[in-house]
Amino acid sequence: MSTVKPVTRPGDPVRYRVPGQAAEPRFPVVSLRGAGVRVGDRTLWSGVELDVGAGEFVAVLGPNGVGKSTLVKMLLGILPPAAGEVRVLGEAPGRAGQRIGYLPQRRSFDASLRIRGIDIVRLGLDGDRWGVPLPVPARFSARRRAARDRIAEVVELVGASAYAHRPIGECSGGEQQRLLIAQALVRDPELLLLDEPLDSLDLSHQGAVAALIGRICREAGVSVVMVAHDVNPILPWLDRVVYIAEGGAVAGRPQEVITTETLSRLYGVPVEVLRTSDGRLVVVGQPEAPAVHTDRHAEGGKP
Amino acid sequence: MNWADASAGWSWNPVTDLQQIWAFPFMVNAFRAGTVVAVLAAVMGWFMVLRRQSFAGHTLAVVSFPGAAFATLLGIGAGFGYFAFCVGGALVIAAIPRAGQGGSGQESALTGTVQAFLLACGFLFVALYKGFLGGVNSLLFGSFLGITTLQVAVLTIVAAAALGALTVIGRPLLFASVDENVATGRGVPVRALSVVFLVLLGTATAEASQITGTLLVFALLVMPAAAAQQLTARPALSLALSVLIALAVTWTGLIAAYYSPYPIGFYVTTFAFSVYVLARATRALNTAVGRHRFAGAGAGAGAGAVA
Amino acid sequence: MSAFTHPYFVHALLAGTAIALAAGLVGYFLVLRAQVFTGDALSHVAFTGALAALALGYDLRLGLFAATVLFAVLLGALGRRSRTDDVAIGSVFSWILGLGVFFLTLYTTSRNTGNGTAGVNVLFGSIFGLSSSQAELAAVVAGFICLAVLAIARPLLFASVDEAVAAARRVPVRLLGIAFLILVGACAAEAAQAVGSLLLLGLLAAPAGAAARLTDRPYHALALSAGLAVAEMWAGLALSYYVPQLPPSFAIMAVATAVYAVALIGVRRPRARPGLAEA
Repeated sequence: MSTVKPVTRPGDPVRYRVPGQAAEPRFPVVSLRGAGVRVGDRTLWSGVELDVGAGEFVAVLGPNGVGKSTLVKMLLGILPPAAGEVRVLGEAPGRAGQRIGYLPQRRSFDASLRIRGIDIVRLGLDGDRWGVPLPVPARFSARRRAARDRIAEVVELVGASAYAHRPIGECSGGEQQRLLIAQALVRDPELLLLDEPLDSLDLSHQGAVAALIGRICREAGVSVVMVAHDVNPILPWLDRVVYIAEGGAVAGRPQEVITTETLSRLYGVPVEVLRTSDGRLVVVGQPEAPAVHTDRHAEGGKP
Repeated sequence: MNWADASAGWSWNPVTDLQQIWAFPFMVNAFRAGTVVAVLAAVMGWFMVLRRQSFAGHTLAVVSFPGAAFATLLGIGAGFGYFAFCVGGALVIAAIPRAGQGGSGQESALTGTVQAFLLACGFLFVALYKGFLGGVNSLLFGSFLGITTLQVAVLTIVAAAALGALTVIGRPLLFASVDENVATGRGVPVRALSVVFLVLLGTATAEASQITGTLLVFALLVMPAAAAQQLTARPALSLALSVLIALAVTWTGLIAAYYSPYPIGFYVTTFAFSVYVLARATRALNTAVGRHRFAGAGAGAGAGAVA
Repeated sequence: MSAFTHPYFVHALLAGTAIALAAGLVGYFLVLRAQVFTGDALSHVAFTGALAALALGYDLRLGLFAATVLFAVLLGALGRRSRTDDVAIGSVFSWILGLGVFFLTLYTTSRNTGNGTAGVNVLFGSIFGLSSSQAELAAVVAGFICLAVLAIARPLLFASVDEAVAAARRVPVRLLGIAFLILVGACAAEAAQAVGSLLLLGLLAAPAGAAARLTDRPYHALALSAGLAVAEMWAGLALSYYVPQLPPSFAIMAVATAVYAVALIGVRRPRARPGLAEA
């Protein structure tokens, strides 16, 4: 615990950062130096220091409305940083869009949407190209074959083959989320930006999807930055967490950041972190506390 | 030349002007019918806007066109067609739970197709009834000419019956409209109320269509109520205001249409729309002033107001 | 086939085919993007625009295109938020129609053309009244609309079903939305010449709704929607030719509605799992 000395009064910059428990990455996939962001005339947070190494799994946590999704939008280059330096895959945000897979925060698809899941995945591959795909049979077009194989591969990877040919509106929330992860993965990105992918899923699906993301991160070496409401479903896979409060933030390893002392200092009010007998973390007294589930998540989805 | 007529006719003395207008029996009937329809449409429209069923009102209005055209084709009074088709349409909407709503994609495609088909049917009936083409415009855009005393009587009786029914179900209907779940929990028959209301709305639409025409019913059915609800949140006051606006709009519309060559539908929509825009502007101004006053209350409130 | 010896029928067929093709393509995206209400809006605007042009002494089509395209740009500039308040929208449309009536009266009273059916023609179309040059121009414009829709089809599909991801992929989502609305506006002006401003919504919505019901592959549905629209147009024109009592716009709408009804009732699709469909 003593390795973290976050200076975390709201508004103050976060000066301390903890290297990943793995070897120091060659170059950070994401690096924020004194970064801040404003929406309108309101500063959401500032002075955030963060490095995400290749193949790391980082969660962005904090109460509602504090600017977690804004962080993702800034990394995508949709929203400019108000201060500091931001590099994504070694470039300015927005420049490396082709190498990033993005899963926005969303409500599910409309139940009446009559488009197959596999078409949604395919749009992730070629949706930004003009014109319509020419109706050339796949056996005459190498590119079509390659596209088809790649789509089948990612659909298989996320375990969605059984329902990828159904209209996506008829898939359950968890199935839709898997297909959308496949869409984010279809271009073989180096970085996945996931905005509350476990939101609106029931507990068993939360565990399964979290396990899927963890496995992709580990096996494919994809860096993952994931905005989350509740840390527990992803805790086993996490390398690092960023806790955002109004004004400031603190980054570090989960067991070092999610502690009574650190969070109390970050929020400026007494916050208590309890650890249940099965290793789950419960945060008590956090302003606008996020939903923390106290029951076990399903084990079924783990690889 | 028309404007010359108008300026000669309009003396800026309301008493003599009204005496002049009311010297014609057809104008007296027009005012009677307009008054009855305005009151009924404003009251039903008030509930309709509250219940967010303006789409259903629109659909019912569209139904009224083939209704009137079919009745004309059969040689019976257009009024019967209006009432029969609108009430029938209301029952259909009530039977199909989500038929009257816009919804997304597929649903709105269905509604759009049905509306276009109904209008096409109306056109077919009109085309089959040779020599009636000029009448299309008055069916679609309203007319105040040639309203008979019998028609006024029918309009009045139907409106009185509809308003009477609404008085009986008014309070539970208000409850069910504002908070359906709680009302259900209290044992209010929400579903039955909704069906009854749709039927009443059908009669109101049928009446309004006869004055403003099929395509302009929003002028009496929606705009006064929407303007009133912008101006006040108190139910009784805004209901009264809605009736007042509808009456004012109808009367000024009739007078303007009498003194100028342009049809009543144009005046009624324009006046009603002006009132609605004014009401929205007033409210926006109030909100802006209020926001300015409470600017220091916190950033969160500001963000909420933007959303 | 004696029908083809009549020039008016050939003109109607030429213009109708091209217009139906454009309407089918545009309509599919309209339904997909849940913007059918835009078609409703445009039908009102088309009426007023056409009559304003007539009243001021210009070609009717000039008014049609100017009004619908301008309105589409306006709608695109206002953004998606504007569709939430259906009372406000309904009021605006109603007033626009009221203005249309004003222009109609202005036209019929100020110009002694004795043309009392102008309003009816604008409202319900007069495809059998198209001249050779009118039909050719309509076909050329419709052809351009088709090409433009095909050119933006894929990114538009992406932006329609998955706006946030498309935006992150640098698809110009907002620009595409405006471009599409302009195409819808132009298509509405075209369709108004065929079936009239009141019924153009049906021509846009019915084939697309049926196609979306029949297949869940987006590009197949796009092609099917265009194909259905053309087939319905042909069937409607033929029906109206052989049964002269039926106005062509009614015949086209009747066929389109019947096809849609068959697609709705005839094709049983698997029910979504309980609890999901209502979500």
